[in-house]
Amino acid sequence: MEFTLTDTQQMLQDTARRLVRDRYGFEQRKAVVASALGYSAELWKEYAELGLLGLELDEDHGGSGGSFEDLAVVVEAFGRGLVVEPFLSTVVLGAGLVTRAGSAAQKDAILPKVAAGEMKLALATGEPKARYSLERIETGAKRDGDGYLLNGHKAVVLGADSADLIIASARTAKGVSLFLVPRDAKGVDVRTYPNMDDRRAAEVTFDNVRVGADALLGPEDGALLHLEAAMDRGAAAICCEALGTMTVLNELTLDYLKTRTQFGRPIGKFQVLQHRMADMVIAEQQARSMVQLAAEHANLDDAKRRAQAISAAKVQVGQSAQIVGRGAIQLHGGIGLTIEFVAGHYFRRLTAMEMMFGDQAYHLKRFAA
Amino acid sequence: MELTYPKEAQDFAEQIRAFVRAELPAAIKQKVLFHKRISRDEQVFWQRKLVEHGYATPGWSKEHGGPGWDALQRHVYDDVMSEEAAPPAIPFGESMIAPVLFAVGTPEQKAHYLPKIRTLEYFFCQGFSEPGAGSDLASLKTRAIDKGDHWEVNGQKTWTSLAQYANMIFCLVRTDTEAKLQEGITMLVFPMDLPGITVRPIITIDGGHSVNETFFDNVKVPKFGQIGEPNKGWTYAKLLLGHERTSIARIGQSKRELRHLKALASEQESDGTPLMEQQAFREKVAALEIELAALEITALRIISTAGKGHSPGVEANLLKIKGSEIQQRLTEMMLEAVGPYGLPFDTNKGLGETNLPPIGPEEAASLGPNYLMTRVVSIYGGSNEIQRNIIAKSLGL
Repeated sequence: MEFTLTDTQQMLQDTARRLVRDRYGFEQRKAVVASALGYSAELWKEYAELGLLGLELDEDHGGSGGSFEDLAVVVEAFGRGLVVEPFLSTVVLGAGLVTRAGSAAQKDAILPKVAAGEMKLALATGEPKARYSLERIETGAKRDGDGYLLNGHKAVVLGADSADLIIASARTAKGVSLFLVPRDAKGVDVRTYPNMDDRRAAEVTFDNVRVGADALLGPEDGALLHLEAAMDRGAAAICCEALGTMTVLNELTLDYLKTRTQFGRPIGKFQVLQHRMADMVIAEQQARSMVQLAAEHANLDDAKRRAQAISAAKVQVGQSAQIVGRGAIQLHGGIGLTIEFVAGHYFRRLTAMEMMFGDQAYHLKRFAA
Repeated sequence: MELTYPKEAQDFAEQIRAFVRAELPAAIKQKVLFHKRISRDEQVFWQRKLVEHGYATPGWSKEHGGPGWDALQRHVYDDVMSEEAAPPAIPFGESMIAPVLFAVGTPEQKAHYLPKIRTLEYFFCQGFSEPGAGSDLASLKTRAIDKGDHWEVNGQKTWTSLAQYANMIFCLVRTDTEAKLQEGITMLVFPMDLPGITVRPIITIDGGHSVNETFFDNVKVPKFGQIGEPNKGWTYAKLLLGHERTSIARIGQSKRELRHLKALASEQESDGTPLMEQQAFREKVAALEIELAALEITALRIISTAGKGHSPGVEANLLKIKGSEIQQRLTEMMLEAVGPYGLPFDTNKGLGETNLPPIGPEEAASLGPNYLMTRVVSIYGGSNEIQRNIIAKSLGL
């Protein structure tokens, strides 16, 4: 059984897959990753022109009012090509948060620019001791006149180097609040590095960063619900992307089994390798089902039901990604571990995804709670 | 879980421990603990220390210049060396080609090669795999033609570990194209600086350079480097691989990594308590610890029968399979332990080649690269699928 795509989704899928196929070949991607920016500004512009950046935003803000499922189709295609542009941080996390928590003025100021490809966002929630928790943070925001003073250290912030605006969580008097902080504000330090999957992240520190009252995003002390929703969207998107990545990796492995010969025959003729390949395909199918579930629930307001679905998906996809990723390397042998061959890059991306928005242990605990 | 050794073995362990603690530089120890790369100079420095104190080449008999230890002593030695984070010995010379030389080398070859292997003056690499000959090693194509006083070698080897450090290579080459695949192979030993040898690095997905492609273009190998008889190389290779498989179980190393994992998980907080105190994580560590204890006892059982004329055949395959699976599991759990800090991938930092301040916990930098690269242990030295085939065959299946 296959879930059917709407006409719009079919069109989106064709567009995104074509783009990945034509513009994201191994060598093309390698050049993008090695460039000073670490992503392609040219492709970012194209995503905007194709309407991908504003897909989920309403028409008043330059978007096309699509659903998360529409977005999921695009993200899955990006996963197939290991696309490195900061789509997740800007569109899924950043714009998603502004849409839900932002004032009319904030939405007007930010969302049309995101849709047009003129502004990028990053969400800074993690901290050195927080692990995957959204609450256990030490970064603080103190009232300072009519604004706030921010101090703290945010860890592994995806897309911080390319972001114009960083959305940071901080402890306020009675809870957790969110603040819009321009990346170039005085006192913001961004130490950028590549992650295992070639995307960039950064350690972001705030040293007496002063922001105005209008920097507060959502209710003071009451941002946790919004943050949880954003992280669920992030996890759901990662699941969709992982599915695309797994699908291609399975195709690569299958192709290798059919073409690599040892002992005078294709290695795919050996039963022990056939069974492992079969398990990898089963894993992909199990993931596919849960990705569908995740996409349907990603924007649900009922936080409890949403959390159940997203955590279930993240656990299954995490398991599947390990079966597919490790299996692919084993079946490829040494070649799978070389930087000049594509399979290893898919494995690296799948490994990285496990550590984003909560690992299997985190989501298993959350699901069972 | 600690096993108790007999009194003599305990004394022996203490003696080795005292030596390592006195002689191993802290900087090298740190590198081993944190999975950083050991330089050639450091490796040679440590080997010379071992030689000086009579602790080099633990597997060699006195006749060949080794300490002549029994199997239990060798196990204890490996255990203590690993626990104290001494750099693991480079296996190619002392554990792979040396046993072949013991068995079939001429007196002149033994006199020439063995002392230099012992001091690492001869730093060996291994020329077995080829692009078309991996698991099916016997299909190798690198050709050697008899030119009277020398062999002329043409072809390509791949996955040549540490060829960039090596000044010697042992190679399997095809010397008879008419015979059955296994019966036309000869083993040669020669210097890496002979004219016509080119080494090209293979960069792996951890960002590191440990393997290479090695090309031979009309390389003239003196006959002195021919090991044993021509066309008997396959037999020698099997002997050599048996030694490789036993040593790559890495039980001592895994015990050290298990301790490292526990320390790491005790420092990492999860929901306000150390990760190590979280039930689910704790139980996963426990399961792994039990598996490792079982493997160690299995190894000791094999050792105790080895002395009684029982040949350790299939056991080597067992040790390789379980040993590699445990090593992989350890890297998986260490990566899990540091949570999101497993993501930063500054490979220079991870491999210990920069002094920049760490991102996140100091130990975290190497864990991603280490996880990725440890996938190789179920591939090299004969893939685990091949190992299982050998076990199944020995069962009469």
